[in-house]
Amino acid sequence: MTEATGIKEIIKPENLVYKRTKIMTDNVLSYCPGCGHGTAHRILAEIIEEEGIQSQTIGISPVGCSVLLYNFLDIDWQEAAHGRAPALATAIKRLLPDKFVFTYQGDGDLAAIGTAETIHACNRGENILIIFINNGIYGMTGGQMAPTTLVGMKSSTSPYGRDVKLMGNPLKMTEIVATLPGTYYVTRQSVHTAANVKKTKKAMRKAIQYQKLNKGTCFIEIVSNCPSNWKMTPVESNKWMEANMFPFYPLGDLKVPAEETTK
Amino acid sequence: MAKIRGSIVVDVERCKGCEVCMVTCPTGTIAMAKEVNHKGYFYAFPANPDLCIGCANCAMVCPDGVITVYKTKI
Repeated sequence: MTEATGIKEIIKPENLVYKRTKIMTDNVLSYCPGCGHGTAHRILAEIIEEEGIQSQTIGISPVGCSVLLYNFLDIDWQEAAHGRAPALATAIKRLLPDKFVFTYQGDGDLAAIGTAETIHACNRGENILIIFINNGIYGMTGGQMAPTTLVGMKSSTSPYGRDVKLMGNPLKMTEIVATLPGTYYVTRQSVHTAANVKKTKKAMRKAIQYQKLNKGTCFIEIVSNCPSNWKMTPVESNKWMEANMFPFYPLGDLKVPAEETTK
Repeated sequence: MAKIRGSIVVDVERCKGCEVCMVTCPTGTIAMAKEVNHKGYFYAFPANPDLCIGCANCAMVCPDGVITVYKTKI
């Protein structure tokens, strides 16, 4: 048996272990090469497919890089005004309590203009899932400083690095919402390696299942990269993220349901 | 002893050449092509297909979901 025929024999439907999910549409993702958004979308799509909730899921797409998200996942969508996704999700969930409602927001949307909406939706304990992509920069508008930009990190509006005296400290949104009584499950994950992808997928599956229990808001932060605005290659940006973002934004669960901790 | 063999299929036209799959591959199966696809990216391809073990790490980290993975025991 030659190698060429050997490979042909492996590529058969019964040997399939991984395939792009059907929930993702055929549209080409609008993101830069190596952007974590694509991976996060795919994980979300896989969870929706595996849980069999395609027809019952309503997503709220934000303003930011992922503004065209409604083109990429074949579920029901509503576009929100900048930062107002949790408010819209609240309305949809209250009107249609049987649906799975999630928002997908970046750090400019969730942690800057939409801070009030996010905190109050979490404080009210709205039964929604908030997915927060944190790359520490405003990606779509050209790499300006975001509330989550690290101290000393260069951006187009902080060319000498973020100065705490002038620009304040980075905002740890996930830590803030973890202290609120309305949140049920708060976690911080990333999607840059296969192991982290698996953990994020597990967290997202949990969050979808918790939504059936009507216990409160689930909040998943995904620390991601922005190769274009960090001015790095995708591989370099992932390494930089591990070295600089993770010490400040440590990965792991910040709040787990009380029932699970006592197990 | 049964040997685990894998194989990947890359959707070349969707690949954006970010190289994330190349560095995550534990066996060095994937390399970037010397030529570009229609969008002008140096796409990923299985340069050493014999080494593939079908672990699907490349497919999991691919932001554009262009990789399909097959695995079997020979």
